[in-house]
Amino acid sequence: MNASARQFKRDAERLTRDLRHRLLIRTALKKYEVARDARRSRYQDWQSARQTAAEIKWDAVNHLDKYLEELVEKLESRGTKVHWASDGEKARQIILGIIREKQACSIIKSKVMTGEEIHLNEALEKAGLSVVESDFGEYIVQLRHEAPYHFVFPAMHLVRGEISELFQKELGSNPTNDPEQLMLIARQVLRGKYISADIGISGANFAIAETGMISITENEGNARLTCALPKVHIALMGIEKVIPKLEDLAIFLPMLATAGAGQALTGYNSLYGGPRQPGESDGPEEFHFVLLDNKRTHLLADAEQRDALHCIRCGACLNVCPIYRNVGGHTYGTTYQGPIGSVITPHLRGLQNWKHLSYASSLCGACTETCPVKIDLHHHLLQSRRNATAQRSIWWEKFAFKGFAFLMNRPILFLLVGKLGRLGQKFHPFVKGTRFDPARAWTRSRELPTIAKQTFGEYWRARGR
Amino acid sequence: MCYPRIGVSMVEIFERLGHSVDYPAELTCCGQPAFNSGYWKEARPIGVRVLNRLKDAEVVVIASGSCGAMIKKFYMDLFAKTAHFQAAKALASKCYEFSDFLVTRLGVTEVGARFPHRVTFHDGCHGLRELGNKKQPRALLAKVQGLELVEMSEAETCCGFGGTFATKFPMISTAMGEVKCASALETRAEYIVSNDASCNMHIQGLADRQQLPLRTIHLAEVLNSR
Repeated sequence: MNASARQFKRDAERLTRDLRHRLLIRTALKKYEVARDARRSRYQDWQSARQTAAEIKWDAVNHLDKYLEELVEKLESRGTKVHWASDGEKARQIILGIIREKQACSIIKSKVMTGEEIHLNEALEKAGLSVVESDFGEYIVQLRHEAPYHFVFPAMHLVRGEISELFQKELGSNPTNDPEQLMLIARQVLRGKYISADIGISGANFAIAETGMISITENEGNARLTCALPKVHIALMGIEKVIPKLEDLAIFLPMLATAGAGQALTGYNSLYGGPRQPGESDGPEEFHFVLLDNKRTHLLADAEQRDALHCIRCGACLNVCPIYRNVGGHTYGTTYQGPIGSVITPHLRGLQNWKHLSYASSLCGACTETCPVKIDLHHHLLQSRRNATAQRSIWWEKFAFKGFAFLMNRPILFLLVGKLGRLGQKFHPFVKGTRFDPARAWTRSRELPTIAKQTFGEYWRARGR
Repeated sequence: MCYPRIGVSMVEIFERLGHSVDYPAELTCCGQPAFNSGYWKEARPIGVRVLNRLKDAEVVVIASGSCGAMIKKFYMDLFAKTAHFQAAKALASKCYEFSDFLVTRLGVTEVGARFPHRVTFHDGCHGLRELGNKKQPRALLAKVQGLELVEMSEAETCCGFGGTFATKFPMISTAMGEVKCASALETRAEYIVSNDASCNMHIQGLADRQQLPLRTIHLAEVLNSR
């Protein structure tokens, strides 16, 4: 077992037993479910909306070259500097290069998952820069020196009291249990940071090829300040986020809000088409747009799982996933948690090191059912299992399944094994739960069923006589 | 092997409805454990055997949403681009999950059953999401005399079995089972009814270990109660 699989199992072992954690996450996600259902019911036909969204994304992803060129051409025509980054290292170099050129020392960031993906904060801090996250949830986890727990709700694993304690310790604020007061404490600190920041770094939810714009969706207004106040704005975006037309936002913006947070529309939806234009009174002097591949083209090359690039990062699949709900976000050890993370991480970071995520699923399909852009999530987990064993099978598993196939194709032997099993079960209590128990993985927490005195096969033969 | 009453109940129900039932005794497993674990090559010979044994049947009825989904849906993937694809397609088109067969194919919801208990229904994931059988079992339960169906809030949430998942990640599987049991207990139902024996095995196994007052029973057994 590799290090990431060991870490996953270890953390899962701990968190699945943590009843406080279970209750906390379930309570939060039950509220989400209620809000989401109320919003979905406002659609005339949610299923048709999903189909339309999936088709637009299908077109975009299958003609990525065309739409990216169109997007870049439009962006450049209004003075945006576009950079192509083949991997994380390249993207970090590009961003650090811009920062050095501008001799900047303080950076303000709005929520950018691709930044988490390429470990941007670590790189910036190593270069001696001050980096502040401005999204409330991101700010909290940054103060705690931990990764986001959920790529939409980064601090959903924390309660007010914990946040208040954190603020008291890190910011010297007074204790409070009032969410508004907590927000105000962060706001007071952050307002100063926006003004003093030399550079603002953001992500992008969508990029529109037709008009050459990026679309950013947020609830706090922090992204607007991040993108507009500092003299330089850098936006980092995965190449799969491009959509063909401006009118496509009419479906994607409400869909993202509904599926992601049970909102009709997210609080602020802004479009950015370039730096400050001649005659304009505000906006950044420079706008840099960094397009990140980082193995997305690897996923694009896989015709079977390519639709995973449809993802709009709404997090709906995490919210309904019974695995996510029980193991929590940090256990995954990935930038993207939950079902979508389990599907794309093996492509982005290597199948053999991350295949355990494909197996850590009961294949219940709740993710696929809820995905607004119809990614065939749980079937992709099955395919990844097949790909992983075809590439490198585990000798004893292969041996076991060969034996299983041998047995299943020899009914007489199967019958015999059934009879032996009945006998064997008499002796099972002697080893049950010990390390000599062949069924220990089951019996540590559950009882085994007993083999019937008369199996159905035996009943059928007796009946025939 | 462990739940012969399910098969016996099905046979008795079908015969009462005037159908003739056959059971090719050499049938063993559909191959799902190997398939779901990624060992498709090892799963294929098991599947071929199923295709051969069932090729002459008029319809095939399966008392499990999970095995049903394997044969009806996943054989198409397993046998794609192989010589057996047509046979898999033919089998899929005549294959039904038990409740779907009664309600959709036969148009029967009333089978003369009597089961005077308060029950809750657990939707097995494969039957629900791969085969789309949500209404069929409930239509059948609605006609059972004396039966009171109380829906649990987590009816559609996975019980945590998931085949080899239950032993590869027993801690997650168990936590999921606990959530399921807690939801069922809230309804104060005497029985959890399901159309999937594997879910029942998991829920019952956990309930027995934790000494919870929960009993699981297969839909076919309920429908065969008089």
